[in-house]
Amino acid sequence: MVLTTEKPEAAPLRAASGPGAVKVPKKKRAKGWWLPFALIAPAIVFELLIHVIPMIVGIWMSFIKLTQFYIANWSAAPFVGFGNYQIALNFNGAQGQALLSSFLVTCGFTILVVGLAWGFGMAAAVALQKAFRGRAIFRTMFLIPYAVPMYAGIITWKFMFQQNTGVINQILGSLHLIDPNNPPFWLIGDNAFGAMVIVAIWKLWPFAFLMLMAGLQTINEDLYEAASLDGAKPFRQWRNITLPGLGAVNNVLLLVLFLWTFNDFNTPFILFGGGEPPAGDLISFHIYNTSFITLNFGFGAAMSVLLLLFLMFVSAIYLVFINRRSRRA
Amino acid sequence: MRETTGFKTFRIVTLAALGIFVLLPLYVMITSALKPLVDVQGKFTWWPTNFTIQPFIDIWSTIPLASYFVNSVIVSTSASVISVIIAIFASYAVSRWRFRGRNAFTTTILSTQMFPGVLFLLPLYLIFINISQTLGIQLIGSYLGLIITYLTFTLPFAIWMLTGYFDNIPRELDEAAKVDGASAIGTLIRVILPVARPGIVAVLVYSFITAWGEVLFASVLTTQSSRTLAVGLGEYSTQVNVYWNQIMAASVVVSIPVVIGFLLLQRNFVAGLSAGAVK
Repeated sequence: MVLTTEKPEAAPLRAASGPGAVKVPKKKRAKGWWLPFALIAPAIVFELLIHVIPMIVGIWMSFIKLTQFYIANWSAAPFVGFGNYQIALNFNGAQGQALLSSFLVTCGFTILVVGLAWGFGMAAAVALQKAFRGRAIFRTMFLIPYAVPMYAGIITWKFMFQQNTGVINQILGSLHLIDPNNPPFWLIGDNAFGAMVIVAIWKLWPFAFLMLMAGLQTINEDLYEAASLDGAKPFRQWRNITLPGLGAVNNVLLLVLFLWTFNDFNTPFILFGGGEPPAGDLISFHIYNTSFITLNFGFGAAMSVLLLLFLMFVSAIYLVFINRRSRRA
Repeated sequence: MRETTGFKTFRIVTLAALGIFVLLPLYVMITSALKPLVDVQGKFTWWPTNFTIQPFIDIWSTIPLASYFVNSVIVSTSASVISVIIAIFASYAVSRWRFRGRNAFTTTILSTQMFPGVLFLLPLYLIFINISQTLGIQLIGSYLGLIITYLTFTLPFAIWMLTGYFDNIPRELDEAAKVDGASAIGTLIRVILPVARPGIVAVLVYSFITAWGEVLFASVLTTQSSRTLAVGLGEYSTQVNVYWNQIMAASVVVSIPVVIGFLLLQRNFVAGLSAGAVK
């Protein structure tokens, strides 16, 4: 995202057309210099109150022993330095092991969900790129999961994944893929991972589709015309025209999909409720549960900070990679 | 352009597979909402043979759904409208001035997308408690607390998109307005906003959908009287019974306004996206 804001811009309005700028004695700022600051002030106030300050408090909390005894009077909680971090990163201990396994589950989940959601979105956007009868219907249909409130969509999947009453086992049974007398559980045990991936893709891919579809509208039609005269097959056209044309969109889209998916809380929270299986223990959900079960919020904060550091690290590498590639191109 | 057989096959397969994937849950949701409780507790049936609309009547009395609905409407509407107004001002500044701290501002705002919700959930809760103790402004269990939280969640994407949109509006329009004697704010209201309408609609829709569906913060920042749909829907599962037919009926009811609104504004939304975010 940062990338797209960095493009060159025209000279500032104020400098270009401010007759006052000449007459104003030096050291005094130009008339109306405060205006942009006044315009961004409301945004800054809310960002500080809801994002930045809680964030700083959260980082501070990770260094104190904030348990249920101190929650009413949290400034009195004892300082423990990196104590919370040591527990979280001690992979021989029970807490550290649980965090590591949750982290690995989240990595697998993110790779599958982002990859497939992007792939589905791309396939649908390309399939609907050219006009044909019925295009509008498919386009509208594919956008519905984006508009359906998240909890309504996820709870419906929860119903579908029920062992004895769900449609998924019904379909699999009629295709003879499972034993209908002994249907598998989907929300308990290792299958929970697959169930969670499917649900997350269902609600995420329309966003990828939306962004890619919007991006395709900016690609010049004539390029395809020329390529097909040169005898390029559809797949080559996609590789050589569509994909490069979507470069800017993809840079932002993949990063956003990654961050949203890695931080996903809603899917396991609604799908599993309290009794989450280890295979469905995504990291945000894990931190939330650990914080509220052990009531050690300092430890929860330390795990959150580690998560944030990881996300910052990955995003930074990604941005460097993107920048280098775009410079080479 | 001529279409090859390969492309046609690709298109049919893609559209059919994704169509089934998208529609299956919607079909299950709607048909199960039209079944009596006994039917959804037994083996799944594709067709509601004992057709009934009773679940759509019962949902309003099993839990106080109407009051949750009103809460969600108030919170989501206020949050999205205020968010868009704040984003318009901020994006106008970022797009039209090169002021000190401009890059720091945009970078910080966008990097908040990285923050894990669980990291600032509890601090925010504690800060809200402190504010109500010292300033007497009730933020837990009130609309206000939820509104300012949600509007902040949607600000980064809104500012980013509108800045892109405003950047595309030729500066000659600003200049012309200025020559006519319009102030900077006058230019924004009379010149920029009318041109940027698709972008603004897109941001409004995005903000509303985000606020309408948020679960994590709603579960902590609301009390019984201010509960939103996102949390309230969980109440259909009691210790004794899971009212699946009513859950599905309620899901239909909470989805309909958003889906219809979204589909009506769909054209605007895509146009706004391609002009603003996608460049």
